Amino acid sequence: MSSGSSTSLKLEHVSHHFGSNFVLDDISLDIAPGEVVALVGPSGCGKSTLLNIFGGLLQPTKGHVLMHGEPRSDCLNPLTYVFQDFALLPWRTVAGNISLGLEGKMRDEDARRERIGEMLRLTGLADFANAYPKQLSGGMRQRVGIARALAVRPACLFMDEPLSALDAQTRTLLLEEFAMLIARAAITTVYVTHNLNEALRLAHRIVVLSRRPGRIKAIVGIDLPIEARREGDPDLVVAEKRLWSMIRDEASAADRELDDAR
Amino acid sequence: MRAEVLVPFRAAGFSPRHHAWSGVATLALVILAWQGGSATGLIPDLFLPSPLAVARALWRLTLSGELRTNLLASVLRLAVGWTLGTMIGISVGIAVGIFTLARSPVLALVSALFPIPKIALVPLFIIWFGIGEGSKFATLAIGVFFPTVISTYSGIDNVQRNLVMMGQSFNLSTWSIVRKIMLPGALPSVLAGFRITISVAIILLVAAEMIGADSGIGAFILAAGNLYRTDDLIAGVVILSLLGLSLSAILTRIERAAFSWR
Ligand SMILES: Nc1ncnc2c1ncn2[C@@H]1O[C@H](COP(=O)(O)OP(=O)(O)O)[C@@H](O)[C@H]1O
Ligand SMILES: [Mg+2]
Repeated sequence: MSSGSSTSLKLEHVSHHFGSNFVLDDISLDIAPGEVVALVGPSGCGKSTLLNIFGGLLQPTKGHVLMHGEPRSDCLNPLTYVFQDFALLPWRTVAGNISLGLEGKMRDEDARRERIGEMLRLTGLADFANAYPKQLSGGMRQRVGIARALAVRPACLFMDEPLSALDAQTRTLLLEEFAMLIARAAITTVYVTHNLNEALRLAHRIVVLSRRPGRIKAIVGIDLPIEARREGDPDLVVAEKRLWSMIRDEASAADRELDDAR
Repeated sequence: MRAEVLVPFRAAGFSPRHHAWSGVATLALVILAWQGGSATGLIPDLFLPSPLAVARALWRLTLSGELRTNLLASVLRLAVGWTLGTMIGISVGIAVGIFTLARSPVLALVSALFPIPKIALVPLFIIWFGIGEGSKFATLAIGVFFPTVISTYSGIDNVQRNLVMMGQSFNLSTWSIVRKIMLPGALPSVLAGFRITISVAIILLVAAEMIGADSGIGAFILAAGNLYRTDDLIAGVVILSLLGLSLSAILTRIERAAFSWR
């Protein structure tokens, strides 16, 4: 994949309530073209809510999202998601699931097949084209999720804890792959996680949210290029310490909170 | 300390297995006992004719062409009535599953009309649609319609919301979401509904044919009963049982083919 995304995103004074549950409090945030931003924060602080607002899957109570910059001409779906629970169609094969976002937009059947083949190779799924999701491990399923998302050449990519449903070993392996895929594709990306390790591995900037109602508590930039990051890098260790000290108290307080919606 | 004891296996049972041969053997045994009862005079002939007498009646009816004529008439009514009710039922069920405007009004009507035994309405249908085929088709279609609406919309209700949101995130059209996500997701419930509607249709078929028809298995059974020809009567009942069995076998085939992904 070439050139990358030239689309920027801007949240302006976004607040959200679910009934009486005040979830997000006046969030404003700019994301530059091709930038990877990680959203971290304690569970229940509104990360998923914010991500859904970003891509137009949820109408915020207040505020709005602006998208700037014409998507590339081969972009079939500017705002594209990768879901925590994969959201694969169980009655479609791997190739069929990847095809879903292309159908109706890529009329030429040969071009479509070629694109699917390209995505299968890119994500290491070439041998699984005709398998059904049920036959795949969690890691393989999420590979389908990212293949489906990248297939439409998105301008912006939204990933909601894409590795959280996986076991620790798979998560480590897939994190490496995702970091490389995201860095190479250079798509404007918002990556939600509660795992600092993931955020440190693949984000240019890490946005820390407070516990509910979610507010931006801090933004930490990481200058080290994504391709050059290694486990145990001194810069990353320092950043991790800083982030963890910010999050720890919030997380333990959030853990003790009652949640009327759960 | 006590001596070593063997840990007993305690998780046996509660997992019945399926043996086709034991089912067939049971049927054969019942028929054999019945034949024995008839041969020894334990079961009087007028009371219940022997299996052999029923087989002879079936053979006679096959040769005379009576069976063919009546079966053909019944199968035609079943096919037309069931298909009509199913197609309208699925369409209405989809509307209930998707549109707020259709939901409450249709569900109110369904709740009010579903409990009415449709057999009670057959005389009315004869007035409305004539004594001919029209009233038979209408009886079956209406009997099939209500359970189909219910199985379709509850199937759609059970399609995971996150799959729908995934479709929306890829900008699929409403019609694409219905066709590619809602309907395949609702299919198991719809096909389970077919099992119910097929037996409902057979019951209504016989009732309608008994009330106002001069052909069909129902009319044939009624005529045989009026003449105390119990061998013909049981022969007709056997045909109904075989009809139900074959339709259910066809449905099992369809289910296997449709759900290879499970
Ligand atoms: N569809 C919804 N309806 C009502 N409440 C919701 C809904 N989605 C999330 N919430 C509530 O909003 C809060 C934030 O949820 P979420 O954004 O999922 O948090 P996170 O992703 O950070 O764990 C929680 O209290 C949750 O119960
Ligand atoms: Mg979440």
